[in-house]
Amino acid sequence: MTGASGPLFEGADWDFATLQRIHDACEEIARTELGLDVYPNQIEVITAEQMLDAYSSVGMPLFYKHWSFGKHFAHQEASYRKGLMGLAYEIVINSSPCISYLMEENTATMQTLVVAHAAFGHNHFFKNNYLFKQWTDADGILDYLDFAKNYVAQCEERHGRLAVEQTLDAAHALMSHGIDRYPGKKKLDLRAEEKRSRERRQHREREFNDLWRTVPAGLAKSETVLNVERRRNLLGLPQENLLYFLEKTAPRLHPWQRELLRIVRHIAQYFYPQSQTKVMNEGTATYVHYRIMNRLHQQGRISDGNFLEFLQSHTNVVFQPDFDDPRYSGFNPYALGFAMMQDIERIVTNPDDEDREWFPDIAGKGDAMAVLRDIWTNYRDESFISQFLSPRLMRHFRMFHLHDDPEERAGIRVDAIHDARGYRRIRRELAKQYDVGFIDANIEVVDVDLAGDRRLMLRHAVVKGAQLNESDAKRVLQHLADLWSYDVSLVETDPSDKVLREYVLNPRKLAAAA
Amino acid sequence: MVIHIVDRRLNPGSKSLENRQRFLRRAKALVQGAVKKSSQDRDIKDVLEGGVVSIPLDGMDEPRFRREGGTRDMVLPGNKKFIEGDMLPRSGGEGRGKPSDPGEGEGEDAFRFVLSRDEFVDLFLDDLELPDLAKRKLAEAESEGIQRAGYATSGSPANISVSRTVSRAMARRVALRRPRPEAIAQLEAELAACEDETRRTELMAEIEALKAKARRIPFIDPIDIRYRRFETLPKPVAQAVMFCLMDVSGSMTEHMKDLAKRFYMLLYVFLKRRYRHVEIVFIRHTDRAEEVDEETFFHGPATGGTLVSSALQTMHDIVRSRFRPSDWNIYAAQASDGDNSFSDGEVAGRLLTEMILPASQFFAYLEVGEAGSNSFDMSDSSLWSLYERLRADGAPLSMRKVSDRSQIFPVFHDLFQRRGKHERAAS
Repeated sequence: MTGASGPLFEGADWDFATLQRIHDACEEIARTELGLDVYPNQIEVITAEQMLDAYSSVGMPLFYKHWSFGKHFAHQEASYRKGLMGLAYEIVINSSPCISYLMEENTATMQTLVVAHAAFGHNHFFKNNYLFKQWTDADGILDYLDFAKNYVAQCEERHGRLAVEQTLDAAHALMSHGIDRYPGKKKLDLRAEEKRSRERRQHREREFNDLWRTVPAGLAKSETVLNVERRRNLLGLPQENLLYFLEKTAPRLHPWQRELLRIVRHIAQYFYPQSQTKVMNEGTATYVHYRIMNRLHQQGRISDGNFLEFLQSHTNVVFQPDFDDPRYSGFNPYALGFAMMQDIERIVTNPDDEDREWFPDIAGKGDAMAVLRDIWTNYRDESFISQFLSPRLMRHFRMFHLHDDPEERAGIRVDAIHDARGYRRIRRELAKQYDVGFIDANIEVVDVDLAGDRRLMLRHAVVKGAQLNESDAKRVLQHLADLWSYDVSLVETDPSDKVLREYVLNPRKLAAAA
Repeated sequence: MVIHIVDRRLNPGSKSLENRQRFLRRAKALVQGAVKKSSQDRDIKDVLEGGVVSIPLDGMDEPRFRREGGTRDMVLPGNKKFIEGDMLPRSGGEGRGKPSDPGEGEGEDAFRFVLSRDEFVDLFLDDLELPDLAKRKLAEAESEGIQRAGYATSGSPANISVSRTVSRAMARRVALRRPRPEAIAQLEAELAACEDETRRTELMAEIEALKAKARRIPFIDPIDIRYRRFETLPKPVAQAVMFCLMDVSGSMTEHMKDLAKRFYMLLYVFLKRRYRHVEIVFIRHTDRAEEVDEETFFHGPATGGTLVSSALQTMHDIVRSRFRPSDWNIYAAQASDGDNSFSDGEVAGRLLTEMILPASQFFAYLEVGEAGSNSFDMSDSSLWSLYERLRADGAPLSMRKVSDRSQIFPVFHDLFQRRGKHERAAS
């Protein structure tokens, strides 16, 4: 199929043939002009209710059952019905084939936008970005979710709903600390994961021999005093992946509970790259849909009226309210990402002196798409911003940096603004806001008192004086103690190792432990 | 590239229904409290429409490690007049509050969501029941589940028993000596190989005959078909009748009638929803009583003097003619302002003690008062003191006073709360 061949659709109505035409037209531009490399696409048309469904179970099409998803659904439904919240036009899943959910209410123009945005923009990013390559397994995720769902249902049947619910509650509370942040271990292979679990169970069932029970237990090993170094080595300490640690070492968990922890951990890990690439991911998708829509319009395949409709919704999406605007709620990743992508395109094709000074590597290189594709592959939000946020954009957004020190009585200090003295500082600070190292509290398992009361010892390294919210911390630690089955302590220390606060919690008697 | 377009709209909806039910189960106590609270200041009709409830988040939230406080750095867009080194005063007092607070919200303290009509009413009526629903009788109409009961010659195609049908067909084919296809095939082979003309004619005739016979005797005949038969299991059900006795005499003000009607409306909904086999008889009375239909009971105007005994007499007549006390659980709820002509007291008392109470499981008396009057300083009405006396003698009577709309729900709950038998009479 070649260029102009009449409009793709008339008016707002669409049917499946229209979707197919839209997809083909977008694909042609995406492949030839933008050089995108995508997973096969699967487009699913869903209703508003189904969209809400997907929302409440972390955007996944199939997911295990848990009350918290029902809670989120009820909450979101209430605000949706009240008109407080619009629904996204689409949800896209990092899987192969890449599944995009399209709302049936969308007009034909919106469906074009959404196909370009999700089925090509996000899709390319998922397939190529190094974080996604490193941490997620697009081929296996749907099978794994299916496995997880059935496994949880089976556990409920065998061990009771209450016990499963308690375990999942606890695992969910620790979900943000169930992530491996540094590679070094092999990439997750979710298909093998499922097979492994099955094989292990079969092996255990095969090897089961009741005779072992009757063999008299030997005398307890003479108490060898393991030195701390060795013990920590054996346990792999310090360990910041709390769920992993519990799964491997919690003394009294049942095998199925370990498997549940593992499931929650895998899912947390699966979403880990997404939280680190919000700006880039949305920026990429927005940039791609903007390019595709413009080209379609130029080719005469989208009418002027429909193009205006697109521009209107595009403008809404990339709107960035000022900090003193009541609508302000942080940087809009669409706005920032899209602006940066466009800015990079400008720097590559039409740089000025400032750009040559700031970005000698890419300024004036000519091939914008090659540069962008390279960036999409090799950066995440933090590194992307710290490398490519240009002074011109800082001026455009009129960025400034505030330093809020509670000790300072006079108020909040304006540390830097968008001027020559401030560019680098603003860029560094903004990049830091997207640094995963700063987003989550740094909590590690530091030791276990194996010889004594088996207390699990954790440490929170306090950064810049931000301590944990006390009531929440207690509740999370309670869950942790329940899984560990013995006491758990958490100390919060400042950089000079001074203890700021200490928590100790005892495990409750769980239904599962009975 | 191949692209799959899937239409998911036709998939069964309410995928999250199970999650929702889990959530409601978990939050049951909280939701129930909220339902009761929200029902107090709503019209009964509205209550039955479901609606928004809000529950406190305690116990329903999902705790995470969250950080707060400390020094914070942020980059914001939209600088208009600041220059480096400016100090911005903190708005909103110490420590917290920036020109704009982009940070973590404090978390909601209440969680609002919509309950459907059914969920609402179920939760609302959850812990209510008719006391002493004891007399159970085998009623043909009611059934509980079905069970297999052999085979039948007729039924729905879905219930065809394949194995039974096929084995009967085979028996029939064997009995009627239906030629087997192999036999015909063998003859045909012989025919093909045969040279002899007469033998050929013979063979051909034989094959023809066999084929005709095979056609006459079908492989499966309609008479072979058997269907799995199912039987419904009758189950004894408790039959119950609720008598609603309402005073509509002239002494009842509009406010009192309103209260009484609200009470009955609630009762009506409760019975309709929770008990499929409850008959409701509406009786309204002035100085004479009549049985009326639901519509008239709730909406029809009437006025006149007061003779409580007339209503009790009517109820007694109806019980005698239609509801044999040995088969029926009999309940009655009476609402009145308590005024009764003095001479009627004794008659009413006798009717109640001798005829009605012995036959009834439960008799509730609701005295409605004028708005604003405190139930404590209402002097006891003639009816109240009469019933009080009866109750002291051990009659199964429950009595409540209501003078304000908001008391209706609590009183109703109180009357029909699930509880042990011994407590009931004592209330």
